[in-house]
Parts: sequence; C-alpha cells; structure tokens
Amino acid sequence: MVSRTGPTTQSPPLPARLTREQLLEIYRYLRVTRTLEERLTALYRQSKVIGGLFRSLGQEGESVASAYALERGKNRDILSPLIRNLGSMLVMGARPVEILRQYMAKADGPTRGRELNVHFNNLELGYLGQISHLGDMIPVMAGITLTFKLRGEPRVGLVYIGDGATSTGTFHEGLNFAAVQRCPLVVIAEYNRWAYSTPPEQQFAVKDLADKAKGYGIAAATVDGNDVLAVYQATKLAVERARGGAGVQFLEVKTYRRKGHAEHDDQHYVPPDELDWWAKQNDPIDRYVKQLLQHDWAEERDLSGVDERVRAEIDEATDACVDEPLPQGETALPGVYANPRAAERLWFRSL
Amino acid sequence: MPEVTYLEALRQGLWEEMERDDRVFILGEDVGLYGGAFKVTEGFSQRFGAQRVIDTPISEAAIVGAAAGAAHMGMRPVAEMQFIDFVSCAYDMLTNYVATARYRAGLATPIVVRGPCGGYVRGGPFHSQNPEAAFFHTPGLKIVYPATARDAKGLIKASIRDDDPVLYLEHKWLYRRIKEQLPEGEEIVTPIGEARLAREGKDLSIVTYGATVWKSLEAADRLEKEDGVAAEVLDLRTLLPMDDAAIMRTVKKTNKVLLVHEDTRTGGVAGEIAARINEQAFEWLDAPIRRVTAHDVPLPYAPTLEDFVLPQTEDIVKAARWLAAY
Repeated sequence: MVSRTGPTTQSPPLPARLTREQLLEIYRYLRVTRTLEERLTALYRQSKVIGGLFRSLGQEGESVASAYALERGKNRDILSPLIRNLGSMLVMGARPVEILRQYMAKADGPTRGRELNVHFNNLELGYLGQISHLGDMIPVMAGITLTFKLRGEPRVGLVYIGDGATSTGTFHEGLNFAAVQRCPLVVIAEYNRWAYSTPPEQQFAVKDLADKAKGYGIAAATVDGNDVLAVYQATKLAVERARGGAGVQFLEVKTYRRKGHAEHDDQHYVPPDELDWWAKQNDPIDRYVKQLLQHDWAEERDLSGVDERVRAEIDEATDACVDEPLPQGETALPGVYANPRAAERLWFRSL
Repeated sequence: MPEVTYLEALRQGLWEEMERDDRVFILGEDVGLYGGAFKVTEGFSQRFGAQRVIDTPISEAAIVGAAAGAAHMGMRPVAEMQFIDFVSCAYDMLTNYVATARYRAGLATPIVVRGPCGGYVRGGPFHSQNPEAAFFHTPGLKIVYPATARDAKGLIKASIRDDDPVLYLEHKWLYRRIKEQLPEGEEIVTPIGEARLAREGKDLSIVTYGATVWKSLEAADRLEKEDGVAAEVLDLRTLLPMDDAAIMRTVKKTNKVLLVHEDTRTGGVAGEIAARINEQAFEWLDAPIRRVTAHDVPLPYAPTLEDFVLPQTEDIVKAARWLAAY
C-alpha cells in the first residue's frame, strides 16, 4: 500500500509526475465527457438536439489526456478541437451547460444558435472551435502560434486532425507553413479507423500517419490513443519541445471510433466483432480505471464519488437549459461585420 | 506636392501603417528581400525586419489562414497574393473561415488580402483576373478597388484599420500609368463604403470601378467634345458594402445609366447594381440600364484577342451614344 501521508507529488509510484488529485481530475474529465455525451444522446432521441450528434465514444481518453498536457488558464496555451474532442474542450474550461445549449441551439448558447455542436470558442480560455471544412484549422493555428513566436510569448498551440483530413490541401499547406516558420505547434493526428465510412486504406498509402511527418521535416511519434497516461506523457513531451523552440511536433494517436460518423449512421460498414473488441478490451476509461486501482493511485469509492457528482452536475446543467427558448428570428441579422452592425432586413418582411 | 504613381501611393500607405502600428505585418510570396513581384514591398524588409515582412511558401490557403489566426490574436496582417488570380486557391479560407468568423464565433479577423488584378496587360488567363464577383457574394467580406493614386493610398490605410476582413484589389495596369500629386504630411484615409464622383454630368451616368474608371473618363471627354453629351462618372471605390445612395443620386440626376466593368458579364457586379437601381429608382429611369463588360470568356493572351474581349473606351463611347439617343 502506498502511504497516503506526505506530499503526494513526491510519491514515487505516481506516473508522469502527476499527483493523485490530477489523476482523479483526469478521471473526472473522462467521466464528464462520456456522461455528457450519453445525456446528449437521450436529448437527441427526444429531438431536443436540433442537428446531428457526434460521439467521441472510445476517444475520450486521448482528447482529455492531450489537452491536460497543456498550460491552462487565462491567455495560456490554445487548442483547436474537432467534433470528437469534446473532452479537450471541457479540460480547457468549456462548461457542460454550454455544450448542451449549443447542441439544442438555445438563444443563450455560446453562439446564440448560429453554430452547431462543439463549434464554438473561448480564446481566452484557450479553445478555438473548428469549422466543418477539415484541415482549415491547421493554417489558422499556424497563424496563432506564429503570433506567439513573433511576440516571444512562451505559449503553445495544439491542433487535432483526423486520419481522413490529412488528405486535405489545407492540412498540407498549414503544416508546411508552420514547419518552415518553426511555429510552437503540436499536431495531434487521430487515427480512429473511419473517416465517415472510409477506412485508412482508401484514404492514404502510408501505414502510419506519423510517416507523413517526414515530408515536412518535423518530429513525430506514435502513441496508443487509448492509454490515457501514455497520451498525456507523449503530448507533454511534444508540448515541452514546442515551447522550447523545437518547432512543430507531430503526434499520432492510434484509437478507434466506436460510434458512427454521427448518431444517424448505423455503421453497417463496420465488422461487429471489431466494435465488440474495442468496447470490451480497449475502452480508454476502463483501462485507465484499471490502472488507477491496480497501482492504488485511487480507490473505488473515489471513482464512484466522482461518477455520482458528475451525474448530478450533468442533471443540473440539463435542467438549467433544456426549456430555454431558441433565439428570436431577427437576431440573425447583427454581427456579420463590426461595421455595419447588422445586415439589412429585406423589404418583403415589412409587407 | 510630389507626384506619385498608383503603386507608390499604395506603397506609402502600407509603409505609413507599418510605422504607425506595430501590430501590422506583411506575409506573402517573395515579399521580403525581393520586395514583391511588382516591388510594392521594396525596402520593407530592410526597414521593418524579416519578422514583419514574412516570405512564405507558395500556399495561398496557408497565407490567408495564418493571417486569420494572427488576426484573432490581435495582429493586423496584410497578406499579399502575388497575382490576385491565385486568391482562388484561398477561396475556402476566405469564404468559409474568414468571412464567417465574426458571425458564427464572435472572432475578430481584421486581415487585408491584397494583390494585383486586372487585364489590358497581355497577361493571359491566369495573370489578368478580376475576382470580385466570386467574393462579392460572401457576407462578411469587404471589397475595395481603388482607381486613383489617392485612393490606392487612402483605401489601403482604411483597410488595415478596418475591423473586418478586406479584399483589396489593385489594378496592375494602373500601377505605373497613373500619377497624381499627393500632399506630404497629410493623412490620407479613404472611407470604405463611399463612392467618388469622378466627373459631373447631366445627360447620363457611367457607374464603374477600377481601370474602367479611366476608360470611362476618356469616353466622357470624347462624348463632350464630339457629341456635346455630358456624362457623369461614378467611381465606386468600394464594392462591398456598396454605396447605394451615391448610385441612386446619379441615377436620379441623369435618368440614364451605363454600368461598366472589366470583369465578365454573367454574374458580375453590374447585374447586382442593375437590380438595386430597379428596386430603388425604377421610376427615375428614362432608358434601360445597359452594361459594358468583358465578354464571357477566359481572358486570352494575344493582344488582338484581349483587346476584343475587354471593354475599350470606344465601346463605352458607343454604348453611351446609344443611351443618350434613347
């Protein structure tokens, strides 16, 4: 048994220089991500989610762990999440109630009903929402991290890219630009087997996404994306290198998308035993819990306590916003430009 | 007052903004020590350093995307397209990412994307384009297109200071052809969204922008001398947002309107102007609205072909005569 007395940071068996509190905090983010998505699924089935619902089931581990490796707080590191990086956003400070409002297109949501799902941002807290055109966030994050470099700020950017989106032109242009400029940028390439229904074999001719990094002259590593602590450690190393001036760092995380592209997708193209194996043998949260308990980094009741609090938190967030109104139609007009302040209301609306 | 070219005026405007505001920086292909393909940024790298005049890979999407990212962080990037024809490679970045950023996400993206456009220079299909119509359709962007040296300077300064993304179109045929006396020591800023009355007249209105402002002025001189027709010429200067009030003023004054642009006809800016006149000043018209534009073909290289395709002064004179006689 590990002694529970004394400063926990010095406890030798603890991994990756993380404290017990941090290990438990990571667990909490994993649990919030999964519980929140389960709640969204229920709301989707009740038609309260207006558009599509995109699950990160099986990928919560790499999302949470990679974001956890950043320096967080006001005006620190910035990441740009994808549709399956809800966990990353939560780690950076997005609140479950914001996610719920956004999915339900509420007037008080972060984009006041203008954008969908997790497409929103809080640059101060350090997350910049994606647009649907995959690859586009790489040049944008190149520009953000170029600014860090120009101003001599010790800040790092992290951008996610899916296996499918490494086929886009903007992925190439942005990565090459950032590599040439030696921007303090970490690129996390998520190999999750499916780009909608397209498998990697029909997406690219390299075996590992990390092979692509050679063509840009940047450092690359591959990590088991369902091993939470391994992802944390690999990202931490990449982030430290980027912060130290070593230029763009490319980290491939091998994981698996266990749900369809979105909730409507029945995954008929996926071998069922494959899904079963990933669910039973390689769930990132199960694996993390096993590690925590095996090494006595946490106790069962710590974890069940977290589970309970998270459920209550998600209930509370849902209750707070589920009956809120959608935005009024005419609020669609302002804010296209700083000046003029609002678009013209067309004449036939006044007839 | 020293006489400066259109290009020199643009250069001065950029230089003054770089001096005034250290958030302003330039990025593009060969803009650094080489000074840009047309020498717009000559001497900038020496004065402001490689950190503020950044040579980039041949990657228009990355140039515009990186400019957007920097703008989110409070910078004021000016992105050069070596020829504006290549802005199409950044079309996705500009229309999907940049133009929507404020609306969908509350993100300020004060970037300027500028570059040499236009024909009459034997540049062929890929070094002569006028891309305004492709972006005119995109809420969230502003488009300016100076015709004079004064406005080349005044609009680049206004564009850099504007809080919205601006596409700044500079006509390469005007670069060294137009000279104007500009006062030293006086701040020249041309407000975005305001047209300029380039010539007063009472018989008909020519509404135009860019290089065809000069061709329209030439035509107006001939009409006056040869026909005794007084044509008014309105230089739009900004295409988005469009100065409807100035357009309706001239329509209501002369009651006949000729729309002239160098871009091709179908889906061009003139069609939108005609629709607005129809909606806002129909009862003031004494003749159909007519257009003089490029023919609907890619711009060919041979002088004989290019001259045929593009609108010429002679075309404007003839069209104006047709209108005057209506």
